Amino acid sequence: MQNKDNLKEVIEKKSKWENSTLNESLKKVPEKKSKFTNLSQQKIERLYTPQTDYTKDLGFPGEYPYTRGIHPTMYRGRLWTMREFAGFGTADETNKRFKYLLENGQMGLSVAFDLPTLMGKDSDDPISEGEVGRCGVAIDTLSDMEMLFKDIPLDKVTTSMTINAPAAILFAMYIALAEKQGVSLSKLEGTIQNDILKEYIAQKEWIYPPAESLRLIKDTIIYSAKNTPKWHPVSISGYHIREAGSTAVQELAFTLYDGLTYVAEVVNAGLDIDDFAPRLSFFFNSHNDFFEEIAKFRAARRIWAKEIKKSYKPKNPSSLALRFHTQTAGCTLTAQQPYDNIVRVTIQALAAVLGGTQSLHTDSMDETLALPSEKAVRIALRTQQIIAHESGVINTVDPIGGSYYLESLTNQMEKDVYKYFEKLDDLGGMVQAIEKGFPQTEIREVSYIYQKEIDNHERIIVGVNDFITDEEATVDTLKIGDEFEVKQVNKLKIIKSERDYAKVEKTLEVLKQAARTDEPLMPMIIDAVKAYATIGEMCSALKDVFGEYNEPKTI
Amino acid sequence: MKAKILIGKPGLDGHDRGLRAVAKALQVAGFEVIYSGLYQSPEDFVDKAISENVDVIGLSVMTGAYNVIFPRVMELLEEKGANNIPVFGGGIIPEEDVPELKKNGIKEIFLPGATLEEIVEFVKNLLNKRIA
Repeated sequence: MQNKDNLKEVIEKKSKWENSTLNESLKKVPEKKSKFTNLSQQKIERLYTPQTDYTKDLGFPGEYPYTRGIHPTMYRGRLWTMREFAGFGTADETNKRFKYLLENGQMGLSVAFDLPTLMGKDSDDPISEGEVGRCGVAIDTLSDMEMLFKDIPLDKVTTSMTINAPAAILFAMYIALAEKQGVSLSKLEGTIQNDILKEYIAQKEWIYPPAESLRLIKDTIIYSAKNTPKWHPVSISGYHIREAGSTAVQELAFTLYDGLTYVAEVVNAGLDIDDFAPRLSFFFNSHNDFFEEIAKFRAARRIWAKEIKKSYKPKNPSSLALRFHTQTAGCTLTAQQPYDNIVRVTIQALAAVLGGTQSLHTDSMDETLALPSEKAVRIALRTQQIIAHESGVINTVDPIGGSYYLESLTNQMEKDVYKYFEKLDDLGGMVQAIEKGFPQTEIREVSYIYQKEIDNHERIIVGVNDFITDEEATVDTLKIGDEFEVKQVNKLKIIKSERDYAKVEKTLEVLKQAARTDEPLMPMIIDAVKAYATIGEMCSALKDVFGEYNEPKTI
Repeated sequence: MKAKILIGKPGLDGHDRGLRAVAKALQVAGFEVIYSGLYQSPEDFVDKAISENVDVIGLSVMTGAYNVIFPRVMELLEEKGANNIPVFGGGIIPEEDVPELKKNGIKEIFLPGATLEEIVEFVKNLLNKRIA
């Protein structure tokens, strides 16, 4: 802790150092660049000195403003959850991969769905051709969910499902499955991503227009608060915003603002902040700039705590604590010299741990080429285990907190995020900003600059624009054949022929009628799921009422 | 008159970062670029190319459906008598599958590591050749 006199002394001595020692050194050995910048194009100073107000800016872990972590003992008490995203082919294959990961010491499951499922289309829809089971597992009906979790009791695992536009439907399937397994809903633990605003901003997997999508999210949050108290009904995600090419500042600003938008919706619907805020969770990217990433995670906690406290004055401190999952940055992986990706992932994973993440997915080295092979995903999981058990970084809370550089970056990150908050407020909130194309354009511009910098060799990417070898990339990648598509389409045909179609039609009609009113929709979706309605049938029923989203097509 | 290019990705793939950057680079280079929007069927995409009377088509596929989408677009262009429009593509596509795609008449496939400049140069050459 520094008192004011001390800080003044440091500033005086720094200026003295600059005029003497530094100056002489610069004359002899000039610096390699006239300006050093991070990935957000911010100028990085040569040397940082103390400038933090400890009690105001940092405080203590497990207490407001949570800069140093949300738990008093952090990883000394409990490690982060190691969670590798997995899914491919049919539910059958993915069920086998899940069991493999659980046997290898993974702690929670994370389901990747294929594109038709993510877009609410059935496997037999003509637009699904060539995509079934390719980027994840294909789910058409409850029957596929039953196979996906075969011999995996839902009260013994936590499950994260990366699903957005049709999230309410997959959540309903999980609930119906729990009932079938005889597991009490109060025991269900896991997450649905269910973050539609970032879909319009970055990932682009939308179905309905923003207002109707927000209604579905509000419905799932309220249903979850009342029925599945240990579930995380939304994972407010910056990951995809970053993958779309944003800076760290944009990732953080847009994500936190999305989160505040959901909170306002649910509070306006009459729920008390403490009834749902403790179950909100976030999902961030961990990119290449080590210190900037750690600063981002720490600033995230501080800003969230401040904003929730200011606007809603919760009684439960847990409502203020920002919990998050992290994934290393897929967009930084290179197809060239793929083994080098193991090193990139290690640095990014370490940043996530030093930033206090609650769970982590480390990318496999071959993910830019294909879905990960078993060998590659094991190395990725081992990377986390080495950080946890060998590196020693877990021995103390927030080990690099207090670094002059890190604290300065954390403060700067916070300031820059608030600048974006002001712009978004001026535009009338996130939905209006999206309709005007504001976040999309902001991201596109920096993404274009980043690509130009790589093309112009202003930014070095090892193996891509420098340090190139002619050596062929020789990793064995996972190949997913056409047989899964055939198998899945056939399975769907059988389900469709065996179910009671009159019941399906009836539940879909009830769902549509409810959608026309402002009734909560989860009970009707659960009924349709139990009747083995397909994801495509349920999504088009809702589309009939809600309509479809059309994106702005400016370049 | 500026040459017109249709840029897009038919099908269910929403990864538009790369193609948006390519669209912008082509626009900056002086072309008239039309962005198809996402989630078009190959039929709607090809109809757009014809109704807009474009000079070149750029296709992106980042998922496993490239071996369905690319041939389907080429087939539709031929059916509709528009196979004089040159098509190029890009995406995460295994190198060993590129020759097969080119057999369908696709002029070039840009893989990870391709620069924006290379793509712009390629399109310029393509159009020069066609005019000559």
